[in-house]
Amino acid sequence: MITVTDLRKVYRQGKKEVVALDGVSLSVPKGAIHGIIGHSGAGKSTLVRCLTLLDRPTSGSVNIDGRELSSVKDSEIRAARRRIGMVFQHANLMDSRTAAGNVAHPLELVKTPKDRVRAKVAELLKLVGLEGFENAYPSQLSGGQRQRVGIARALASDPDVLLCDEPTSALDPATTDEILDLIQDLTRRLQLTVLIITHEMHVVKRVCGSVSLLARGRVVEAGELADVAAELDSKLARALLPLPASEPLKGALQAGPVLEILFSGDTAKEPVLTSVARHFDIDLNVLAGSVETLAGQQFGHLRVQLAQGADYDAVLGYLRDRGISAKLAAAVGPSEPPDVDVDMPDFVTETGDLK
Amino acid sequence: MNDLFSNPVLAKALPEAVVETLQMVGISAFFTVLIGLPLGVFLHVTAPGGLRPMPVVNRIVSDIVVNITRSIPFAILMVALIPLARLLVGTSLGPVAASVSLSIGTIPFFARLVEACLRDVHHGKIDAAQVMGSTRMQVINKVMLPESLPALVAATTTTVVTLVGYSAMAGLVGGGGLGKLAYNYGFQRFDVTVMIVTIVLIIVLVQVIQLTGEWISRSLDHR
Repeated sequence: MITVTDLRKVYRQGKKEVVALDGVSLSVPKGAIHGIIGHSGAGKSTLVRCLTLLDRPTSGSVNIDGRELSSVKDSEIRAARRRIGMVFQHANLMDSRTAAGNVAHPLELVKTPKDRVRAKVAELLKLVGLEGFENAYPSQLSGGQRQRVGIARALASDPDVLLCDEPTSALDPATTDEILDLIQDLTRRLQLTVLIITHEMHVVKRVCGSVSLLARGRVVEAGELADVAAELDSKLARALLPLPASEPLKGALQAGPVLEILFSGDTAKEPVLTSVARHFDIDLNVLAGSVETLAGQQFGHLRVQLAQGADYDAVLGYLRDRGISAKLAAAVGPSEPPDVDVDMPDFVTETGDLK
Repeated sequence: MNDLFSNPVLAKALPEAVVETLQMVGISAFFTVLIGLPLGVFLHVTAPGGLRPMPVVNRIVSDIVVNITRSIPFAILMVALIPLARLLVGTSLGPVAASVSLSIGTIPFFARLVEACLRDVHHGKIDAAQVMGSTRMQVINKVMLPESLPALVAATTTTVVTLVGYSAMAGLVGGGGLGKLAYNYGFQRFDVTVMIVTIVLIIVLVQVIQLTGEWISRSLDHR
């Protein structure tokens, strides 16, 4: 269990003060994977440096299983760091050491007996699926294998918390999924507390149980994946269930009102659209849609255009009565705002990834 | 060809000169690495943003000691250091005395090369080592030095080759060796054969050092 409370970090740049972290709080229970997503410049790197004590936070606390980390004395800082295992974007392995040598590195630092090191290294390499690669140098391994060595090395000091900083951002999609599945598997088997810092929404979708959105040094949205995804107006839901930009159709339906609808959980299984069509005896067009399984639940996010003159208030009411989030995205007419994504131009609508 | 074997200078003075040159290069290379390596590590580690930043000390060592020493032409430094050589080894003549000024001349040069090698170690590796709980000495000994070892060997090779050149100059002011031989016989006595043989020997020596260094560096490089 890791708890971060009101973490602040202020840098001095000449006479100017730069607030890199402006009161970040989060809490992740044992055995859970928490995603921290944000743009570059949102404070992700500073957060990592504060959590690993490479930088001291200006104020606030980092607490692992009831033991305070951020206020330890300088003489205890190295012991404190060993409670956090860290996985880096580019693995950051030592090129002069073999896979086994890299995994042994943290053990050598505390003068572990040689036979003990050998046994532990063999066990860890087996755990990450790299049996038989003991004597391979990093340059002889693929990107995914290097990251596996990096994970084994992070686990060598038996940490309580695994901190992953963009662990898959340098990997191809298939390898990304392998590494994410490995992290998920290890989390379960070793009862780790895992923080994954990323800019890829895919990572959050695949393994995270909960997520925080970091922007300008603050957590602007946070919660269980299933909860934040069900909030039609949340930025995270828009990033998790992105809709490509689409123009209202001007043809068949003569430009009627456009609705945005979000199904979650059980409501996602019902044939809602056809029942709306039947109930109100109107035609409708799906302009854009995104359907995902998140945290084991089904979610659907649709942009739907109704026939011109349709009574959208009645339709919205009908949907909400069935527990479906829905809102008017854009009605046709020059006075209405035309762009549905105007409040969040930073998101890449195609993939949901943050730039 | 016949001339090569019958030439009394080549038969008698040459072997001695070769030994003297090797002595000068060997002794000064040893002390250059012994002192220059820690100095280079110190320069890198105490630099701003380094492992243990010490801005004032770093400035002093870097600017005054290294830059000033390096800006004095070696021919002048060598002559200027003759009293120091006499103080340290009791004489200003011979290869051992010449090694004093040779070492002092190349230590700053080598330290700068070491500093550059260490700077090339990717910062992520240092971060990784610190996060796993390394002390500063462990970061230096287990990451910086092993990770830059191929580059350090290459830097040492360059330094030794430079020393061969410097040792020829040192020969003129009493160090002996191939430099003195070429000057005394090849230049002052117009013995072209001695001159050519000396040049060939120095070229061979440099080639052997360079190729050996490259081979060691390559065999250590696992990137």
